[in-house]
Amino acid sequence: MALSIEDIKKVAHLARIEVSESDAAATLTKLTGILSLIEQMQAVDTTGIEPMSHSQDLSQRLRDDVVTKANLREEFQKNAPALGNGSAEPAVAGGLYLVPKVIE
Amino acid sequence: MEWEVVIGLETHTQLKTNTKIFSGASIKYGAEPNTQACEVSIALPGVLPVLNKEAVQCAIKFGLAINAHIAPRSVFARKNYFYPDLPKGYQISQFELPVVGKGAVTMQVPAVGKNAAYEKVVNITRAHLEEDAGKSVHGAVEGMSGIDLNRAGTPLLEIVTEPDMRSAAEAVAYAKKLHELVQWIGICDGNMQEGSFRCDVNVSVRPKGTEKLGTRREIKNLNSFKFMTQAIEYETRWQIETLEDGGTIQQATVLFNPDTGETKAMRSKEEANDYRYFPDPDLLPLVISEADKDAVRAKMPELPEAMKARFEAQYALSSYDANALTTSRDLANYFVATVDAGADAKQAANWIMGALTAKLNETGIDISKSNISSLALASLLKRLQDGTLANNGAKVAFEEMWTSLSASAISTVTITASLSFIDEIIAAKGLKQESDSGAIEAIIDEVLAANAAMVEEFKAGKEKAFNALVGQAMKASKGKANPAQVNDILKKKLS
Repeated sequence: MALSIEDIKKVAHLARIEVSESDAAATLTKLTGILSLIEQMQAVDTTGIEPMSHSQDLSQRLRDDVVTKANLREEFQKNAPALGNGSAEPAVAGGLYLVPKVIE
Repeated sequence: MEWEVVIGLETHTQLKTNTKIFSGASIKYGAEPNTQACEVSIALPGVLPVLNKEAVQCAIKFGLAINAHIAPRSVFARKNYFYPDLPKGYQISQFELPVVGKGAVTMQVPAVGKNAAYEKVVNITRAHLEEDAGKSVHGAVEGMSGIDLNRAGTPLLEIVTEPDMRSAAEAVAYAKKLHELVQWIGICDGNMQEGSFRCDVNVSVRPKGTEKLGTRREIKNLNSFKFMTQAIEYETRWQIETLEDGGTIQQATVLFNPDTGETKAMRSKEEANDYRYFPDPDLLPLVISEADKDAVRAKMPELPEAMKARFEAQYALSSYDANALTTSRDLANYFVATVDAGADAKQAANWIMGALTAKLNETGIDISKSNISSLALASLLKRLQDGTLANNGAKVAFEEMWTSLSASAISTVTITASLSFIDEIIAAKGLKQESDSGAIEAIIDEVLAANAAMVEEFKAGKEKAFNALVGQAMKASKGKANPAQVNDILKKKLS
């Protein structure tokens, strides 16, 4: 599968990663290399082999439905990101984490 | 041209667990912001999700209840998108391999206008486990949005139907049935105001008789059945009008505005649907064995369909009555307890669905906390059956019991205590039906003497005059005379 610069820009945008024009070309080369590796793997005959969704052939451990987490809001909110307006204070108010206004 | 509407539903049911789907944080409703948002909920680096056993059992219960295939192996996937109430940048959900596969829900679509009620089967495509997102709070701080992550990670079972419904009435009947079912099997509290049961409705229209599905629009987050009806009816009209005016339907997500009764497309988020799902490497496949299913099956309550069939057979109830009594477990339990305490089944059904339901609706009291317990109702019905009370007297006694009984006092009483309680009411209010034939005869003699004109009319062939005389006799006895006896004695006297 041939990737284009546009594909790189689209994937970067979806992942909210900033990729400059010059980086985009280098990233295109790297990603194309990865895709060719996948193409090689796809050439392997896997008839009759159950697909795996995880590299380890184990099943999920289940947790009992018991409350184990204490309220650590104070601790967590000390580390909240700052507002970005020059203040280094964590952007929290009334127990809420603050973010730039979300417009519905 | 005649149009046909095609509807499919996606319902998010919040599972009745103590903790989140992937962490041991509480999910109790109404806590202070972020006091139930642990390091997993707020997505601190290095944390790992661990699946809640109870959430899995809820999913198995639902699968068993709708007779669905339960996947021996299902896989959690990451659904990637960016929004402030989703701190990880992805929602853990299930994509290619959901825990519950194809099943079906059968329900009664109620009569509307000239159309009679009918049974309808809605096929379930799948149901999958996923985590809820947090909440954005607007207006707390000027120019900012506040994020509360208490809800983030709350376990949800998303239940998806085939596009099987053909009217708003069918869609609402399905949603109500599903709402009853998830509460019946105890996996969801069904509280729609608190968001425990939220429906997204996909609506499209096509010329009647054609196969090809029209372009659909999805109405998001309907949390009342009334709004669902309004939203679907508006959306259907809008789509038909648009097409008839030569327009086309663009696939879109729309919101229903209860104030205007209209649906309106949300600003389409750029590439919003490119979620780039992939298996979550933090979670191993969920394996469910036959033994796991058997263990859950052993704890399952009798399902409403089975109970309805049993009620019809065991208590000789009509399909309508049996259906109405099995809309909730509390209601069904109340009925059974009333009959077990000695009441006639048909009479119990009538009183529970009539006077009691009206009273509960009027007062907003749940049947499990009814002022009149099943024992108290059974004692009332006993006195109705043995002729102590006439129908009118029973109605008065019912009102009297309702106001004088408190829920806490009656939960402990026995049937004997309930009977002496109703007997006290009957005595205090003078409700006892007069069945002494001598006393009734005396009343009738007086009525006949005072209404000679009516007697003449009757003898001249006017049947109506007889009923008028019965009425006079009942009135003279202050409604306490046994009407059957009044009829008999009056007939004898006039012949």
